[in-house]
Amino acid sequence: MSEGTLYDKVWENHTVAELPTGQTQLFVGLHLIHEVTSPQAFGMLEERDMEVAYPELTHATVDHIVPTGDQSRPYVDEAAEEMMRALEQNAHAANIDLADPTTGRQGIVHVIGPEEGLTQPGMTIVCGDSHTSTHGAFGALAFGIGTSQIRDVLATQSIAMEKQHVRRIEVSGSLGKGVEAKDVILEIIRRLGTDGGVGYVYEYAGDVIESLDMEGRMSICNMSIEGGARAGYVNPDETTYAFLRETDRFRDDAAAFESLLPYWQSIRSDPDATYDDVVHIDGSELEPVVTWGTTPGQGVGITQPIPDPEALPADKRQSAREAQAHMRVTPGETMEGYEIDVAFLGSCTNARLPDLRRAAGIVEGRVVHPSVRALAVPGSQRVKAAAEAEGLDDIFTDAGFEWRGAGCSMCLGMNPDQLEGDEACASSSNRNFVGRQGSKDGRTVLMNPQMVAAAAIKGHVTDVRRLPEVVSV
Amino acid sequence: MSEGPAEPVTDVRGTGIPVRGNDIDTDQIIPARFMKVVSFDGLGQFAFFDQRFDDEDNQKEHPFNDERFQGASILVVNANFGCGSSREHAPQALMRWGIDAIVGESFAEIFAGNCLALGIPTVTTDEDTVRTLQDWIDDNPDASIDVDIAAERVSYDGTEIEVTVDESQRRALVDGVWDTTALMRSNAGTVREVAESLPYIELEG
Ligand code: SF4
Repeated sequence: MSEGTLYDKVWENHTVAELPTGQTQLFVGLHLIHEVTSPQAFGMLEERDMEVAYPELTHATVDHIVPTGDQSRPYVDEAAEEMMRALEQNAHAANIDLADPTTGRQGIVHVIGPEEGLTQPGMTIVCGDSHTSTHGAFGALAFGIGTSQIRDVLATQSIAMEKQHVRRIEVSGSLGKGVEAKDVILEIIRRLGTDGGVGYVYEYAGDVIESLDMEGRMSICNMSIEGGARAGYVNPDETTYAFLRETDRFRDDAAAFESLLPYWQSIRSDPDATYDDVVHIDGSELEPVVTWGTTPGQGVGITQPIPDPEALPADKRQSAREAQAHMRVTPGETMEGYEIDVAFLGSCTNARLPDLRRAAGIVEGRVVHPSVRALAVPGSQRVKAAAEAEGLDDIFTDAGFEWRGAGCSMCLGMNPDQLEGDEACASSSNRNFVGRQGSKDGRTVLMNPQMVAAAAIKGHVTDVRRLPEVVSV
Repeated sequence: MSEGPAEPVTDVRGTGIPVRGNDIDTDQIIPARFMKVVSFDGLGQFAFFDQRFDDEDNQKEHPFNDERFQGASILVVNANFGCGSSREHAPQALMRWGIDAIVGESFAEIFAGNCLALGIPTVTTDEDTVRTLQDWIDDNPDASIDVDIAAERVSYDGTEIEVTVDESQRRALVDGVWDTTALMRSNAGTVREVAESLPYIELEG
């Protein structure tokens, strides 16, 4: 068993009791909720005549169903309107803070938690959403929970859990041009498999991770769940503290910041901590990774050939065959040249300001290919405002991108932004499952935001590092 | 004998319904489009929806459509049942359709956990035993099956089969401690102590 890691320390100082089931009752420091998974939990609470125990530790927003175009109420989609109303009523009745679109603070739950400074090191954070692992970027223990567990948290501010193993993933070296945090995590999942992390929490470390900004660390922790790990984290450091200092929570409260700093430093993994497993990856060798299949683990470097299913381990063959038939790709070829119909820049993986900046850097002075529908969807209203303040919106719209309102958008088919028919999409999101983007014949190719921008320009998947220079006129 | 805060589930009795096939994922059990709801009520009618109806809403052949199995409460399945997305809507749909216990070769971990949170046992046995039971149900849709969780035994028609119930699941069901909400609520005092011991927590009142 691991010892002296951040995970061990946070687990221990949040332990309430050992339960007769053999599980541990863990105190939850921050509970985030959104409109899709919370209403049933409130319903269950009501059935039992229970109240929300600690409403001040729960924060709500709306992201999955919110339209990114016309947001006037009532929403055109009646089901969406009903979900929004339920969230409003529940939040209001329980006195829970709700960042709805009228507040200017609304956005994807995993974007706004960090932005507001709600997300802090050494916390336990849960949300009824599997990408809650994102918040681990701050050195928090953060994971997705099911609806019964949301009920547990509302009623008791606790969850029942079994302790997991800790795997340290060290990414050494430095990333080359055009290679991003997204490529690091796609590579990790490609190597360890989509179930490689089952039973584990991932600790990401090494020079590459330490040199990433907070947004890059969030992209990595975000996709821990695609690698099978319910949680992943990075030990807090100067980069973390600098980010926190600028959040709503601490911007005008230096005293609170100073008083918490020693706690944050104390929960870092000890230099002599014991891990259940350690994996090394040389970050200098990485190139942009794109997926060729229908799971996030079916990825390949942009210059590398798509694998032959028959050459894969026996248990991977059938799903590779089916994936390649669905995606219509040919083993032996690279993904370069794979034609796309849609380019989606968004989601809780890659829709923060630096993601949009890097993508805009590629788009600037170029135009979107005429056969491509391109969407740039900021992760939150604040990201949107900040991007507009620097003129990124103009860069995108001048090039032919749609510049939309904040939300989950085309990451999943629960709002009007969806793939149609068998459209192929270059996407900066995290899941390429069949049907994920709203059409069961739709085809999703996951990649980093610069690669999405490059694909939008060329009309096909391409190596952003080899994009011809913009000739200024 | 510990006295738990939930109703103990020691024994489930009812008629059976077989759903055959390995790796039946939660998307098949409840397609994602039915998740756009604010309550689990009424989810039962959508259980296995895309397996039961074609694009024109015509009924297809499926045990959940079969007249003979209406009213069944013991679902009998094969390997890796409930894999895929962690949606709790899946066991909720099954429960609201009428399922009280599931016998199978194996279950996806999160699915089994979600079932437990509803007090639905997921008990396992080997491939041949499951097939024999499924075939027997086909021939005897009105006959009763008994799933004894405490004794890890399923009996039907004078036949007794040994089944496995995960140890913590068995304890949770039999001792009536599967309802984690009630269980954890009894530690409310310690919860507050832990909250107060953490430097970052600011409580109102
Ligand atoms: S952006 Fe996508 S992955 Fe992230 S919370 Fe929304 S739907 Fe889930």
